[in-house]
Amino acid sequence: MSFLVYLINGLSLGSIYAIIALGYTMVYGIAKMLNFAHGDFIMVGCYVIFTICSTLSGNTFVGIIAAVILCTLLGVTTEKVAYKPLRGAASPLAVLITAIGVSYFLENLALLIFGADIKSFSSVVAWQGLSFAGGDLKIQGVTIVTILTSVVILIVLQLFIHKTKEGQAMLAVAEDKGAAMLMGINVNKTISLTFAIGSALAAIAGALLCSAYPSLSPYLGAMPGIKAFVAAVFGGIGSIPGAMIGGLVLGIVEILSRTYISSQLSDAIVFGILIVVLLVKPTGLLGKKIQEKV
Amino acid sequence: MAEKKRIKSNLITYGIVIGLYLVMEILMKTGNLSSHLKGLLVPMTYYAIIAVALNLCVGILGELSIGHCGFMCIGAFASSIFSKLTQNALPTPVRFFMAFVVGIAVAALFGFLIGIPVLRLKGDYLAIVTLAFGEIIKNVINAIYFGVDSKGAHISLNNVMDLGMEPDGQVIINGAMGITGTPRDANFTIAIVVLLLALFVVLNLMNSRDGRAIMAVRDNSIAAESAGINVTRYKMMAFTISAAIAGAAGVLFSHNITSLTATSQYFGYNASIMILVYVVLGGIGNIRGSVIAAAILYLLPEMLRGLNTYRMLIYSIVLIVMMLFNWAPAAVDWRNRVKHKFIKRNA
Repeated sequence: MSFLVYLINGLSLGSIYAIIALGYTMVYGIAKMLNFAHGDFIMVGCYVIFTICSTLSGNTFVGIIAAVILCTLLGVTTEKVAYKPLRGAASPLAVLITAIGVSYFLENLALLIFGADIKSFSSVVAWQGLSFAGGDLKIQGVTIVTILTSVVILIVLQLFIHKTKEGQAMLAVAEDKGAAMLMGINVNKTISLTFAIGSALAAIAGALLCSAYPSLSPYLGAMPGIKAFVAAVFGGIGSIPGAMIGGLVLGIVEILSRTYISSQLSDAIVFGILIVVLLVKPTGLLGKKIQEKV
Repeated sequence: MAEKKRIKSNLITYGIVIGLYLVMEILMKTGNLSSHLKGLLVPMTYYAIIAVALNLCVGILGELSIGHCGFMCIGAFASSIFSKLTQNALPTPVRFFMAFVVGIAVAALFGFLIGIPVLRLKGDYLAIVTLAFGEIIKNVINAIYFGVDSKGAHISLNNVMDLGMEPDGQVIINGAMGITGTPRDANFTIAIVVLLLALFVVLNLMNSRDGRAIMAVRDNSIAAESAGINVTRYKMMAFTISAAIAGAAGVLFSHNITSLTATSQYFGYNASIMILVYVVLGGIGNIRGSVIAAAILYLLPEMLRGLNTYRMLIYSIVLIVMMLFNWAPAAVDWRNRVKHKFIKRNA
């Protein structure tokens, strides 16, 4: 029975990774850049919810909406100010380093405003959860909400990308920026929209992450950000179902190895599995194989 | 002519390092250097060394690695274990020299072993796997307990008691507590000598037949292969040498502090990214630039200490602005225009 509990916990953590990884993978697919600041958008979202819940209105719902709006604005602004000027730069590393600069900036801004001390976050899910088998199997409310949210997000995103004009434009830009431009697609607008969606997802992931692990610090986004990136690569970067599968596998492996093998080595095991998968399938589970031409 | 120019350029690089060393030594001898700044000299040098190593990997070989601090970590721990074991058996100069040999050899071995799977991948996939290896190295070292007693070596992944040591035994790696009591053999002079040696190795490699082959692989691996260059061999060669030099930086690291722990602050992906920032700002493929950027960027946040909480914020803004100014196509155009105007006026 306890195995089932751990499995569900893993599924929940994996869902959070999956939501973050969706943002990562969309941005990567379109802008062809690793947005290292993505993890810090999560942190910004958490602090916004925390501030609104503890000082202003106290309404969680308002907090989440505000976090989503603020993160969306932050994502779009960051892209406009820091990433867009570097489009077409001589080295792809330039935008990577700038993203690292943005990450440092956000972390240190949070450090200045909120201080280094860890703040406790009250869960955005008030529901206590379900209890099965006469109380043997308890599933927390936040766990269920997290898993459901990620499923809803995946379905909505898939519908958005395949059924709407904007979504199709995203696919086109991801495939070939130049050709998309010639077809009359506004590339700048499409990239902005992608950053907006990715950052909004980061805010939602932040709310769920901090509800499950309620301690707030300026660096809280860094590790989940990297793990989500690993999940995106694992599933095949650029692929939306891949990011979902990658996130879930990563979360389950992490929780199970932490419980049954060693809490010290759980990260090493997660990264080890990534290496094995990439060696067998160098473009990730669902990634497209690109033929190199002479 | 080109040969002369190259020699001149290399001599300037060595000259900058020696000049920096002399200035710092004079400042130290005349008592103009605060003790805080004195403590930064060795770290500054080993960061310059690892920046040179990473530039060999990123700039010359053309493969992005964000796990190089893992090799530094291996060099640090391997040499520290060696120094602890032979602390009373060998005189200091011999022991420290041997520590370098051990640290470099073990880091090179790991570079070779990790290179076999990693170099099969491409681009960002390769980068994320180097990150993964770096994190694995850090995590595994944090979980290892290692001790030596009269019956030989003991190793455990659980805790110190699990080692089952004799009373005469000595715990070398105490899990997440790391290694304490490594002799502090490193000093600024030795660090500078190691930096010069690292520069000598990399600069000469770049101008050798092997180095040209490595750069040919970077520029176009298919063309290089059809010209008869063994791509795998040269990739492995550059990656292993790069890991070995990072290992040397690790030896200096561990012999400059009393307590060595595999924390993410020094050996995590964040630290590796910091080195990458040095390399990119110094100029990808420009070895001299890496040394200068490492020295300036390592000292910059420390110099801004007076600004206290604002210093990292300022550092990050400076970093973003510098990247935009250096690399944005619009900024590059503008710089060229200004340059032309300037040249025209002088002509």
